[in-house]
Amino acid sequence: MKRFVFRNRWLPYALVAPQVAVTLAFFFWPAFDSLRLSLYRASPFGDRLIWAGFANFERLFRDPAYLRSALTSFVFSFVVTFAGLALALLLASFANAKIRGLAVYRSLLLWPYGIAPAIAGIIWLFIFHPSYGILPWVLSFVTAYQFNWFLKGWVAMTLIVMAAIWKQFGYNLAFYLAGLQAIEASVLEAASVDGAGPIRRFFAVTFPLLSPVTFFLFTLNMTFSFFDTFGLIHSVTQGGPGDATSILVYRAWKDGFEGLQLGFSAAQSVVLMALVILLTAFQFRFAEKRVTY
Amino acid sequence: MARTLAPPTALAIGAPSRVKARDWSGIVAHAILLAAVAVLAFPLYYAFVISTQTLSQVTSLPPRPWPSTALFSNYAEAWQRAHMGRLLLNSAIVALGVAFGKIAISLLSAFAIVYFNFRGKQVVFWMIFVTLMLPVPVRIVSTYQVISVLGWVNTYWGLTVPLMASATGTFLFRQFYQTMPDSLAEAAQLDGAHPMRFLWSILLPLSKANMAALFVILFVYGWNDYLWPLMITNTPEMRTAVIGIESLVPRTSQLPEWNVAMAAAMMVLLPPVGVIVVMQRWFVKGLIETEK
Amino acid sequence: MERRAGIVLVLTVVLLVGVPAPALARTEIQWWHAMTAVLGERVNEIAAKFNASQNEYEVKAIYKGSYPDTLNAAIAAYRAKQPPHIVQVFEVGTQTMLSSGAVYPVFQLMRDNGIAVDWNDLIGPVKSYYSTAGNLYSMAFNSSTPILFYNKDLFKKAGLADTPPATWDEVEAIAKKLTGAGAKCGFSAAWPSWTLVENMYALHDQPFADHANGFDGLATRLQINGAFGVTMMELLQRGAKEGWFTYNGRLNKAEANMGGGECGIFLSSSAYIGNLTRASDGKFTWGTGALPRMSGYPQGNSIIGGATLWVMKGAKPEEYKGVAQFFKYLASTENQAWWAGVTGYLPLTNAAVKAMESSGHFQKNPSQRTAVTQMLGGKTTPNSQGIRLGNFASVRDAIEEQMENIFSGKKAAKQGLDDAVAKSGEILKEFAALYK
Repeated sequence: MKRFVFRNRWLPYALVAPQVAVTLAFFFWPAFDSLRLSLYRASPFGDRLIWAGFANFERLFRDPAYLRSALTSFVFSFVVTFAGLALALLLASFANAKIRGLAVYRSLLLWPYGIAPAIAGIIWLFIFHPSYGILPWVLSFVTAYQFNWFLKGWVAMTLIVMAAIWKQFGYNLAFYLAGLQAIEASVLEAASVDGAGPIRRFFAVTFPLLSPVTFFLFTLNMTFSFFDTFGLIHSVTQGGPGDATSILVYRAWKDGFEGLQLGFSAAQSVVLMALVILLTAFQFRFAEKRVTY
Repeated sequence: MARTLAPPTALAIGAPSRVKARDWSGIVAHAILLAAVAVLAFPLYYAFVISTQTLSQVTSLPPRPWPSTALFSNYAEAWQRAHMGRLLLNSAIVALGVAFGKIAISLLSAFAIVYFNFRGKQVVFWMIFVTLMLPVPVRIVSTYQVISVLGWVNTYWGLTVPLMASATGTFLFRQFYQTMPDSLAEAAQLDGAHPMRFLWSILLPLSKANMAALFVILFVYGWNDYLWPLMITNTPEMRTAVIGIESLVPRTSQLPEWNVAMAAAMMVLLPPVGVIVVMQRWFVKGLIETEK
Repeated sequence: MERRAGIVLVLTVVLLVGVPAPALARTEIQWWHAMTAVLGERVNEIAAKFNASQNEYEVKAIYKGSYPDTLNAAIAAYRAKQPPHIVQVFEVGTQTMLSSGAVYPVFQLMRDNGIAVDWNDLIGPVKSYYSTAGNLYSMAFNSSTPILFYNKDLFKKAGLADTPPATWDEVEAIAKKLTGAGAKCGFSAAWPSWTLVENMYALHDQPFADHANGFDGLATRLQINGAFGVTMMELLQRGAKEGWFTYNGRLNKAEANMGGGECGIFLSSSAYIGNLTRASDGKFTWGTGALPRMSGYPQGNSIIGGATLWVMKGAKPEEYKGVAQFFKYLASTENQAWWAGVTGYLPLTNAAVKAMESSGHFQKNPSQRTAVTQMLGGKTTPNSQGIRLGNFASVRDAIEEQMENIFSGKKAAKQGLDDAVAKSGEILKEFAALYK
């Protein structure tokens, strides 16, 4: 931890001022607005604002669909994160050799990070669509099974999970590769001299050494799948079939933005914000711990 | 994790000692990486394919996975119809504005938080970091009100400044500054250097990789944002490129000119992808080295 | 040093370009719309033509994203006291706009500016959907109604006569024959709630929601779980199970299947004609027909979808004068006939229908007449004048969610409809609580 500090009366305030100003204006104001709205019934154009107490929250938690959606979100985020990371780590371990062209590979792996969600949604629709999509067409040569995700919830979910993993995969792989390559050869050689087999060596030495990278990627993938996938869901499944792919962020967005139920949507935002704060606190506990050792 | 990147090790799994195995591992590595690259590239390839097809080919079933002949006409059409030139320029201004603005703001605030003690530091610290993640679409109406009070509707200020309100950058710089040995700053103070001098000539050169990584993240973020520019701009001259694509996407019952929309999409995705490719080395390095 | 120079440069550019453009001499009228691709160009054409026709006003057509995007942009701008003059709002937003107190009713706008418009010349279903007590509140713009499409090539292949099915019994029988002859999709429909629920209720003169579908007061409960709805949904559920009905997603996603030549019988918006013409070009031929009916129910009418133009409060009188002039231009027979001809949307006035008839447009494009004939031949009743619900977008969502549960066999028809009624009831009651 830092011990040294400069001494200056006004400079630190000047330095944090711009950040504090944008944070107040573009985070706290809107956030308090949401908090306030969540306690009201509010009309979209602002002509009606009726105190509702906790009615919006009551409605939310009484709705089995909301609880189902919470479950869906967590399952979705965990599957995307764990499957995505496990796959990336597995492949990175096998690909971690001294080979030529690593920079080229890294470029080719990282680029999906730059694709706008709006564009990715369009592209996926063209790949997945039951009739004009290329994937069902290819699958039709393999099996007669109808992968109609307009009606089959699990197929729709699988597709969304695939698309989400795709977006993060190259990124995960590139970071794991960099992490693996930063591990000193001597550490692994020492372990192998001790007689540890490759799998033991991996779990006893490599994986712990990779834990900072894993943690970084974990947070990133969790937030991505929890908060940033609504664009994908919006353009591909609209939350359906039924409510099979309706995750929390998508619901909040849909009820507020399309349904114009401002108070109800604000209540959902408040729940989401609470989750964000929890997640942040969690991240700091970990990050701080790691900095101190 | 070690900050000095060690020379790549032979293997993580597998026997590191035998030469034969090492050869094999190289081939396996190439094979895996090539396969991963191919799987990742397929959607982009297919989008490109669609952007080269004629309307009649796009709407036929079954789909055709091969490029066709309409490449130039589709791209020209997309360019003209959406006035892509102007939109791309706007996107560039916005993306660069967000990237540079946010980097400036966050490296200053991180400097204050790490290198100074001041009254209210704890409050400021938590205020900033609670915004680390925030679902954007849910705060759009109130943000619009702030912008209109400031008189920034339909300006580049309105397009860029709200996107700077999150803590990712501050977080990254703070992590990095904390790994700096105290001796650096102590020496600077002994030399009688002003703290800003220390920031400018010592800290900044050391945080090049972080700045580069952050630049990539923010450029991509600023370039790809859709909802906010759509809300805040009222004239065609202020539109950004992603809106241009959406304006070409056949939405309700109309001509299914997906080929033209895809052509626009291909044009718009090139700059952020280009930035990533050019800066890929710094990108990974800048993020991973602070993650200790 | 270089870095600092770079930052300064960028900031300077941002500052310089950030200054808004100077005001124009002509009074500017902002028109926010949601029309993309070719339709977006047609909208620009309308603005250009109006601007060229006079020199006092300049209409600026600005694309504001999808319908929900556009509405939200207008809401944000209105709350920040900088609304556009005109905003295009989809039909499900009608009640929201009416209740909002943020709009300047069109009939009043025209009266205040001394422009006489014969509103009675509007075709019935359009007028009824957007009027209250006989007064038009928003300017009808792009309206369509669902009709039936059929693939003539698939009909021929299955040995069927070249006539569209007129009843649901016929739809079932023909769709079965089509799939029997190898068609991948016997029957399908786009915009599921709109074509298969909302319109079927109106067409058979059945009440969709209480308070005369929300026209006599704020609706608080859907009435779609009665005998008619259950019969309808059971038929489709059976169809999905037996394979002659294929569900192809929400919105207009299913149009891809029809356009790709997979479907024999298809329900979608009449505005789909132009799209299908291009998509089928050189691949297959098709025809159109009226929506299929179920026997034993009274005659109603199909209802419309699409969007209208709302005038927002908060502008200056001279600007409203320009808006009124612009609407006068929109309502002109010349513009109506042109717009309907190039887009496939309905001509909105009887005069435009006549003009298209006499210019030979309908002879050349018989499919464009189908919707007009269907609408003019129907009966406008309290059940078929339209549907007016608060938070309609969420209600439609609740219905489509349950339709999917029914078609996939997850729920019985009655159960699914009951659930849709319960869920939408809560949404409707929330809206009613706002405006009690």
